[in-house]
Amino acid sequence: MSIYLNADSKIIVQGITGGMGSKHTTLMLQAGSNIVGGVNARKAGTTVELNGTTQPVFGTVEEAMKETGADVSVVFVPPAFTKAACIEAIDAGIGLLVVITEGVPVQDTAEVWSYLQSEANHAGTRMIGPNCPGIITPEESLAGITPHTIAGKGPIGLVSKSGTLTYQMMYELKDFGFSTAIGIGGDPIIGTTHIDALAAFEADPETKAIVMIGEIGGDAEERAAAFIKDNVTKPVVGYVAGFTAPEGKTMGHAGAIVSGSAGTAQAKKEALEAVGVKVGKTPSETAELMREIMKAL
Amino acid sequence: MEYQAKELFAKHGVTTTLGKVVETAEAAKAAAEEIGGVTVIKAQVKAGGRGKAGGVKLAKTADEAFEYASDILGMEIKGLTVNRVLVTPATPPVEEYYFSFLLDRANRQYLCIASVEGGVEIEEVAKTNPDAVKQIPVDPGTGVDEAKAREIATEAAFPEPVFEQAVTMIQALYTTFVEEDATLVEVNPLARLADDKLEALDGKVSLDDNASEFRHPHHEEFVIREEADPLEAKAKDLGLNYVKLDGQVGIIGNGAGLVMSTLDVVAYAGEAHGGVKPANFLDIGGGANAQVMANGLDVILNDPQVKSVFVNVFGGITACDEVANGIKGALEILGDAATKPLVVRLDGNNVDKGRAILDELAHPLVTLVGTMDGAADKAAELANA
Repeated sequence: MSIYLNADSKIIVQGITGGMGSKHTTLMLQAGSNIVGGVNARKAGTTVELNGTTQPVFGTVEEAMKETGADVSVVFVPPAFTKAACIEAIDAGIGLLVVITEGVPVQDTAEVWSYLQSEANHAGTRMIGPNCPGIITPEESLAGITPHTIAGKGPIGLVSKSGTLTYQMMYELKDFGFSTAIGIGGDPIIGTTHIDALAAFEADPETKAIVMIGEIGGDAEERAAAFIKDNVTKPVVGYVAGFTAPEGKTMGHAGAIVSGSAGTAQAKKEALEAVGVKVGKTPSETAELMREIMKAL
Repeated sequence: MEYQAKELFAKHGVTTTLGKVVETAEAAKAAAEEIGGVTVIKAQVKAGGRGKAGGVKLAKTADEAFEYASDILGMEIKGLTVNRVLVTPATPPVEEYYFSFLLDRANRQYLCIASVEGGVEIEEVAKTNPDAVKQIPVDPGTGVDEAKAREIATEAAFPEPVFEQAVTMIQALYTTFVEEDATLVEVNPLARLADDKLEALDGKVSLDDNASEFRHPHHEEFVIREEADPLEAKAKDLGLNYVKLDGQVGIIGNGAGLVMSTLDVVAYAGEAHGGVKPANFLDIGGGANAQVMANGLDVILNDPQVKSVFVNVFGGITACDEVANGIKGALEILGDAATKPLVVRLDGNNVDKGRAILDELAHPLVTLVGTMDGAADKAAELANA
């Protein structure tokens, strides 16, 4: 078991012919993902050779799904076209929509989110991202850009706003391995939240403990803390980045900003600790806290 | 700033008075003469509470406009120097309201906040009489049409004489919010004037950089270069994601989360080394080639406060040998300009090759440390030396 993604997932890539799309499709294939094709309206009917495979390019997501039975789409199209790509995939009824693209206007994401909540989302599409590394179920499938070589399969579930901190944490805990590691992205509005992933990990029998990585901005971590209190029985270890971030400055991620007294790392840490989540001061200390929990299990 | 917000308001049909933006007291006097009658001289800085800080004055004559502009120009408001003032005709409000559209992160939608009881003291109203501050959710999918604008105006209880104007203005403000890709459009105060005209007397607009990048290139005009930090401006020109902080340890890393984390780890380590702190945020992203690394180091080494530099890279997609070659190349490019010690921590993809390259280089300024916490400690120690 795992969450959202497994060896049976059939993946298409929107933007497979672009630089990012073709590079990461190759890496996904190397990770063992079952990539079944790609979408580019202007190159419909052609094929691309990637990692020794021949990938068909379809004109639409709908066509790609019909021909291949795909249930996951990974989006690499440029920010200006991301909204349209998402709407198209939702209309086609894709199960999981993983949006890697960075720099998507937040109003575009807000519109996509509104669309996901409307009747138009007939298939109940789940969106991850945008501006995220995607999701990996080690040794089964990768839908995104997380390096598959860092860590193997294991009992830890990981959910993080940050890509490189995901990699860092997987590296620190590689001797235990991961059920699924999901990067939800650092934009102000995202599809899948910490809470969604926590609920899924709680329900996943293979996941024995959860690492949750947050950062400054918004109140997702505080909400996650409230959720953990009432809904999560598995041990959770947390890390929050951005204690030294000044007020009013965006720290790399569009959503990473302390506004007045809201969104501080300290407040998030306190909210998590108040519900019994152990929060590390550094990534290494966080990994150490998880290590102790795993040894005791 | 106010005058920029008003330009955007005017562009989308929101009733407002633009006035004249000037940078000298002489120009303020000329503007006051041209406008005629009583004028308001308003400091233009990106900060609230300008009135309370003495940055807004009513001038009865052009000479008074000169006098007040002289006082206000050069004044500091919340740490910001006033370089320009806005001269507008004085239009004393009979009533003041508050109105905004903003991005509601938590609920993943937009939110309209409106109050007909008090404008500038809205935060006080929110505390003492929260029922007077109406919060109306707006679905980004359906937006604000005339019917929705009426619903908002009714909910906010705009008085009858200005109700229809409010409906029109709400639509125009929503157009501003959407067409400019704003995350906040605020009118405060929204004034009811003596002739029952509704006017945006002051306002604020926050724009989404992601959207400005490709959809609104004209937003670049709103950036006032001379007021930006010079190192931040230089980094921006080089395409680097850099934020200047007040500390001694320069930071370079890959990925926003890891860099934020690096700042924290350095600050903790600094507690044992004379309280040194991180000097900056700098995310070089995935492409840590020699030129990007050299550009990053160039910006950081030009910060006179910096005493040491911590390069913290986790090779995910980027391989550590590429990063190591980047550091090597950057040191070659910089030559004698590289003067401060560099602590490097590499982990992840091809880490052995990466470390071998730096070992072989044996550059006198470079120290390779195995762990992030250990490297932070070393960088803090060197900054305190």
